[in-house]
Amino acid sequence: MAKMDSLLTKMKEKGMKSLSPSKTKITVGMATCGIASGAELVYNALADEIEKQKLDIILSKAGCIGMCYREPLVDVIEPNRPRLTYSKVTPKNVIAILNQITEGKSKDKKPYCRIDEEDLIINEEKIRYLTGALPDDIKAIPLMKEIDFYKKQIKIATRNCGFINPGNIDEYIARGGYFSLQKVLSNMEPGKVIEEVEGSGLRGRGGGGFSTGFKWRSCRNATGEIKYVICNGDEGDPGAYMDRSIMEGDPHSVIEGMIIGAYAIGAHEGYIYVRDEYPLAVKALTLAISQAKEYGFLGKDIFKSGFSFDINISKGAGAFVCGESTALMASLEGKAGEPRAKYIHTIEHGLWDRPSNLNNVETWANVPVIISRGREWFSKIGYKKSTGTKVFSLVGNVKNIGLIEIPMGTTLKEIIYDIGGGIPKGEKFKAVQTGGPSGGCIPKELIDLPVDFDELTKVGSMMGSGGMIIMDETICMVDVARYFEEFLEGESCGKCVPCREGVRRMREILDDICKGNSKEGDVELLEDMSQAIIDGSLCALGGSAPNPVLSTIKYFRDEYNAHIREKKCPAGVCTEITRSD
Amino acid sequence: MINLVIDNKKIQAEEGSTILKAAQSNGIEIPTLCYHDEITASGSCRLCSVEITKGERTRIVTSCIYQVEKGLIVNTQSKRVLNVRRLVLQLLMARCPESEVIRELAEKMGVKPQPRFKPDEDKGTCILCRQCVEVCEEVVGVSAIGFSYRGADKAVGTPFVEPSRACIGCGACAYVCPTGHIKMGESESGKERFIWDKTFKMVACKVCGRYFAPQEQLEYISKKTGVPLSKLYTCVNCR
Repeated sequence: MAKMDSLLTKMKEKGMKSLSPSKTKITVGMATCGIASGAELVYNALADEIEKQKLDIILSKAGCIGMCYREPLVDVIEPNRPRLTYSKVTPKNVIAILNQITEGKSKDKKPYCRIDEEDLIINEEKIRYLTGALPDDIKAIPLMKEIDFYKKQIKIATRNCGFINPGNIDEYIARGGYFSLQKVLSNMEPGKVIEEVEGSGLRGRGGGGFSTGFKWRSCRNATGEIKYVICNGDEGDPGAYMDRSIMEGDPHSVIEGMIIGAYAIGAHEGYIYVRDEYPLAVKALTLAISQAKEYGFLGKDIFKSGFSFDINISKGAGAFVCGESTALMASLEGKAGEPRAKYIHTIEHGLWDRPSNLNNVETWANVPVIISRGREWFSKIGYKKSTGTKVFSLVGNVKNIGLIEIPMGTTLKEIIYDIGGGIPKGEKFKAVQTGGPSGGCIPKELIDLPVDFDELTKVGSMMGSGGMIIMDETICMVDVARYFEEFLEGESCGKCVPCREGVRRMREILDDICKGNSKEGDVELLEDMSQAIIDGSLCALGGSAPNPVLSTIKYFRDEYNAHIREKKCPAGVCTEITRSD
Repeated sequence: MINLVIDNKKIQAEEGSTILKAAQSNGIEIPTLCYHDEITASGSCRLCSVEITKGERTRIVTSCIYQVEKGLIVNTQSKRVLNVRRLVLQLLMARCPESEVIRELAEKMGVKPQPRFKPDEDKGTCILCRQCVEVCEEVVGVSAIGFSYRGADKAVGTPFVEPSRACIGCGACAYVCPTGHIKMGESESGKERFIWDKTFKMVACKVCGRYFAPQEQLEYISKKTGVPLSKLYTCVNCR
């Protein structure tokens, strides 16, 4: 391992110099969320102006730091000064930002927040930006860790997102990357690795919540020489972009996690299945894999450990159902993405009928930190049987829209009001939708609920993959149910009758309700159909399809009644009935 | 041998056998639609669903795929199971209102159509049981037909709905189709067969003169079995 030691030491130094160079560095948040807000225009404007003024400034890119509601985001790192974050930057602000650097005063564009020093969660090392006393011109700028949006967050899976150039493996190493792999290869038997992951209590972050360590152990014990580890990057829930941000912003965290998992399980081949609609993620992962290969973290006999492992990327082709593990594996095999019965587990008979361990992007990204900090540390974070943190995409009718990572057990109220800043435009909170099309809506009476794998399920929803859609009173809950059934109708693979035929019939009835063509008894019919669809469907797409319908009926029955009996839409959304008023 | 209980009856079944097979071997009837002995069970119609209890856990599974386990308790007529079967038949009746087969099956099982499901007009009598595709792939071995699209638009047919070079005109798909959706036609003389938009020249038996099989099918059989083509020009009746 001597070669790995010296490589890591050398590259850590190189990475540190890249993260905090001796001259000024400007980083622009260029994940999909940033680009959608105009970050590319800002980046180009900065590049042009820096060239024009012949400034000796390094311009770089980073992933999603989470504060999407303030994007485009530009970070300025001047030696010895606090790291400053400018928000809602437009090309017009570029001159002001550069003036602040060259003339030393913030003029027209004030920084939104600052960081004086960072404690790296993976190894407790510090990155110091500010040396010496806090400059007067910065005193009024709040610390990032103290603003409401970040105060309650603990960033484990998203530890590097927004802080590194995802295309720079040295920066990943400088922030503790691949040291966990080194620890594993030089010092830990596969069984010990599994013990750590199992003891940490890590559960599948894709929403399934199955014990990751238990899955690894079962796969290790399964019969067969050839085994696979797979990463599910097919994130499909509308409104969810947690995995996208991790793949785009910190692809090595997933790769390192997979190498460690493969070593523990005894797999020598890995696949990352990324949905086709994430081209930046595919690009970032492809580059990261080639860099990891170059450094020797992937390939044959990794650092003379005797362990060989390679990763391939496979792209989806536009099917939500391919997020289902057996459909994903069928797709990987080149077949149509249709699920199969899971009476025989994929852990024993998965990809090409061989033992396969599939985990979500966020699950993999947690692994290096668990190895580094240990299972006790990880298991102390969280709530009851849900240890660690969860990444959520907080979207919809909420002020602070973005990506957050919080300890399990944080309440919905804290998320919506403390972190999210509450409901904008003077509107009132109505419901929060969690778990995507498999989940349900939670009304205001229940927002004191802690969010974890088990609590939300008790009230008819589920935490799911982390999509959290906040809804105010301008939203019609019947329309929400209709929306999800329409989505699922289009995504149903069509193999089994209850889902293929049942979901579209539910959607038709909901259409009727929203258009004023409903009949008394429609709600009872939906409830009746729902149970049969849940029981009869072949996979979880159909099996959970009725959830949005059932949960809105449970908590917003009066809205259904108004649509059916009075032909009225209280929220004023269903135009065909509202208009007839 | 595995000991389990089906509908309160103690059953012994071979290891590796499905609940469906174990039930059928013991005179317990479970309805099926997409099941066929010669092909891999797809579990797509869900009609053969049963309720199983294993320890503390009860769930609904398809008996055509689920293998027997020691101590399993199976209920083929529970409320949940009957609800699934009822919905499946109501959905199929709405999808294929012209299908006598489905209507009769529903009647036999005491299921009435659901008036709130607007009947389709464009699905023919195809219930997407997948038997045609599976037979063509697993039994015949040419995979001339497959599925296009997904969801309710899913349709069986040849690639790009064009006459398929792989199709040998054997008609196994039409034979196995439970609702008669797949149409196979013949010219008046019998010299030609039409299926999946392709016309096949039929071979006349050397002995009795009856047109009995497409040329392509005999060529395929000869290739697969090694039996000389000339030997195959005698129909099954005359051999």
